[in-house]
Amino acid sequence: MVEPVLSVRNLQVEIPLRKSLLRPVDNVSFDIAPGEILGVVGESGAGKSMTGNAIIGLLDRPAHICGGEVWLRGQRIDNLPPEAMRRIRGKGIGMVFQDPLTSLNPLLPIGAQLRETISEHLPVSNDEAAARAIAALEEVGIPGAARRVDAYPHEFSGGMRQRVVIALALCAEPGLVIADEPTTALDVSVQAQIIVLLKRLCRERGTAIMLVTHDMGVIAETADRVAVMYAGRLVELGPVREVLSAPCHPYTIGLMASTPLASQNRKRLNQIPGAMPRLDALPPGCAFQPRCTSAREVCGQGVGPDLTAGDGRAACWFTQAVSA
Amino acid sequence: MRQAIARAWASDFMWSFRHSPVAIVSFIVAMVLIMAAILAPFIAPHTPFDPGSLNLMNGFSSPMQPNQFTGEVFWLGTDDQGRDVFSTILYGMRISLFVGFAAVTFAMILGVTLGLIAGYAGGWVGTLIMRVADVQLTFPGILVAMLIFGIAKGFTPIHLRDQMAIWVLIFAIGLSEWVQFARVVRGATLVEKGKEYVQAARLCGRSGTAIMVRHILPNVLGPVLVIATISLALSIIAEATLSFLGVGAPPTKPSLGTLIRIGQGYLFSGEWWILLFPAATLLTLALAVNLLGDWLRDVLNPRLR
Amino acid sequence: MLAFTIKRTFQSFIVLLVVGLVAFSMFRFVGDPVDNMLGQERTGADIERLRGVLGLDQPFPVQYFKFLKGAVQGNFGVSYRQGRPVSEIISERLPATLELAAVSAILAVGIGFALGVFVAIRRDGWVAHTIMTVSLVGVSLPTFLIGILLIYLFSVELNWLPSFGRGEVVMVGEWRTGFLTKSGLQALILPSITLGLYQMTLIMRLVRSEMLEVLRQDYIRFARARGLRDRSVYFRHALKNTLIPVITVTGLQLGSIIAFAIITETVFQWPGVGLLFINSIQFVDIPVMAAYLMLVSVMFVAINLIVDLLYFAIDPRLHVGRSGGTG
Repeated sequence: MVEPVLSVRNLQVEIPLRKSLLRPVDNVSFDIAPGEILGVVGESGAGKSMTGNAIIGLLDRPAHICGGEVWLRGQRIDNLPPEAMRRIRGKGIGMVFQDPLTSLNPLLPIGAQLRETISEHLPVSNDEAAARAIAALEEVGIPGAARRVDAYPHEFSGGMRQRVVIALALCAEPGLVIADEPTTALDVSVQAQIIVLLKRLCRERGTAIMLVTHDMGVIAETADRVAVMYAGRLVELGPVREVLSAPCHPYTIGLMASTPLASQNRKRLNQIPGAMPRLDALPPGCAFQPRCTSAREVCGQGVGPDLTAGDGRAACWFTQAVSA
Repeated sequence: MRQAIARAWASDFMWSFRHSPVAIVSFIVAMVLIMAAILAPFIAPHTPFDPGSLNLMNGFSSPMQPNQFTGEVFWLGTDDQGRDVFSTILYGMRISLFVGFAAVTFAMILGVTLGLIAGYAGGWVGTLIMRVADVQLTFPGILVAMLIFGIAKGFTPIHLRDQMAIWVLIFAIGLSEWVQFARVVRGATLVEKGKEYVQAARLCGRSGTAIMVRHILPNVLGPVLVIATISLALSIIAEATLSFLGVGAPPTKPSLGTLIRIGQGYLFSGEWWILLFPAATLLTLALAVNLLGDWLRDVLNPRLR
Repeated sequence: MLAFTIKRTFQSFIVLLVVGLVAFSMFRFVGDPVDNMLGQERTGADIERLRGVLGLDQPFPVQYFKFLKGAVQGNFGVSYRQGRPVSEIISERLPATLELAAVSAILAVGIGFALGVFVAIRRDGWVAHTIMTVSLVGVSLPTFLIGILLIYLFSVELNWLPSFGRGEVVMVGEWRTGFLTKSGLQALILPSITLGLYQMTLIMRLVRSEMLEVLRQDYIRFARARGLRDRSVYFRHALKNTLIPVITVTGLQLGSIIAFAIITETVFQWPGVGLLFINSIQFVDIPVMAAYLMLVSVMFVAINLIVDLLYFAIDPRLHVGRSGGTG
């Protein structure tokens, strides 16, 4: 097996509050191979974005990594000093945010934002940085890139701006891109274009993607493997086709049953009873147990079998029983 | 349900009060000063503005030391005319606080009323009110107050000027501070106006005034309280400034600002206590009210600034 | 751009007309100008004659128009108290105020901005905490107390700096400047600190809160996520966005400096227009008050206009009509 681009081992993030200690990411492990697209799904607050932010080292205080390791191409990066981590951002790991309307500095022309990123990470002259900026805009399909390079963000539409954001995330040629809900804020008609673009560009460069989303449809069309998160923990991890067609964890089963997928002509959607517990009121053992139809006594004692990366199993004691 | 909400609000409010040492200390300090001002006639050892009780021999007594002629001891010393500084401060604070509270009350009534009208009625009346507010906001409050004071003084017959000075002062400071109230109330009214319960009340045939007073007013109380507290600090400072400049409280009824004005004359001759104690009192009072307002703003309306 | 400028200029013009109306009403209705100008010994004929000369027998709009015409030409009549033309008195004293205000403004904006950015970037450091706590005291401290405190420290106790007046002044053409002599510069130190300190505190606190707000924005996160240096994130991306909301308030603060100069000039007996204004209030010298009001209004309106134009220069979103954008 090739060495993974990214390897996350038992990652834990905690937020100390006045009276309590929250753990929005708990014991999460997974690998991403070069060029692979890993979809990360889950409800709001499941810890998907927090995991992405922890990997790229942009957790907002007081949140911080309190356990586990993050390896990028064989280099451990979770304990790097700030300056070394800064060099990795943009060059080692790129990031695409959710809302293109707010991700771009409104007062700087997009070309200036591209050029500063390129000059920061690549040993190129100013002229070459400018040329690369235009090339990057052409690649993401901005018409008239040479002319538009000095335009301000407000002069572009939402979809175009997200293309600019993608150009910015990729312009220093990172091996991994973390895309945090890259299509959620866009018009439905534009969403597919952006996903296709992101996928094509990464295929061409061999860039891996960690695609954080709550949209199962996007995962189904885009990802190679999928990681399902619930209440800060990874509950299922496996190849996308297997997980979608034969989910193992009761939560994933519920999630699939409540998702309208074009490929499956189901008549009606089911819903999972109840809501995800608040992080300050997690039940002992498996976090899904209060909502789970197949919960037993043992579920209150431990979180289920440890998920090792890539073997397609779920963190549930009754995986066999349920999937059978 | 409403009771429950009210109780939760009150307890949250009290919780953050109990956990903010700054709020507790400034509340206690402000309360002590306000009580001292109210009870001045009972606390003050002397009645400084009764000429009959003054002894010029007591002039310029140092604090805590017996006077060289009369042997009397004054805590904080005396001024040139033998007035006990401690007593003048108590009476001066009374005037400062009276002007401050009265000016804020005036500004609040004026601003809330105009804000409700501007927000609820809208139209050209609303536009006119807000335009006036905008123009006034271009000028610093203290300048507006000075100007109004000057004009009002021009209207007052000369023999009444000293007597009327306090009221003119209240009018001028109040008129210079209504804008903040009006803006906040108008904004909140515009929001509340669109909500269903107000429209329901209107459909029930209630008059505009009744709707404004019964439904909208309670919703803007929080921000208004915050602005009132901050305005109180501003008014106290404005009053002191005007009086210090000689365009406020008259020497016959000195406020803290007047006392500082008088004390400044002795800065070079060594009678520091005539200046220092009124100045320290003013600073303490303004700081306590300001800190209280700051804390209130954080608790009641974090988005206000 | 041109349409915008014309619109703003027009609005400023309206404001000036309104202020002019207020100033004129002061003339017309506060006290009786005829009473004020004629002494005790006057006859009915004198009064009628003066009414005619002053145009008080003409209809209100005509009088207002004449007043405005005079105001534009710098003619505000004669001071009741000094018996000299107001324009003469004011132009004598204006340089003192302008020099004081300019130095204070530079102090307030320069130091206020630098400190504000500093406490925003190092917001959890003890230095920033100390600065913020001290600044709260600064906001509560009335300007005149700052002045008295400085006088006490540096004039009475240390005897380093003068406590009143402008020191030695030099005439440069019509302008009486204190910038060119040592005593003039020394005399400027305490008043300009007094005047600038409060505005500096306000600007600092404002810059801090706006900068913290900007630092929370997505584009700052994205700039960090692209691996830009802190220097670039703070000074290239954050600062410019901080400027936009700060500029308006700073403009207003600069206007306040002119107004607060009244207080500082009184404390330091600085022979400027502020001191003149306070004296005119004490003696109800209406022409001087009206002229001062008009003068200050013109300055405020000019500052507001400049602020609007600065906005325009900084924020590309206001450049409507440039390469027709969407969204």
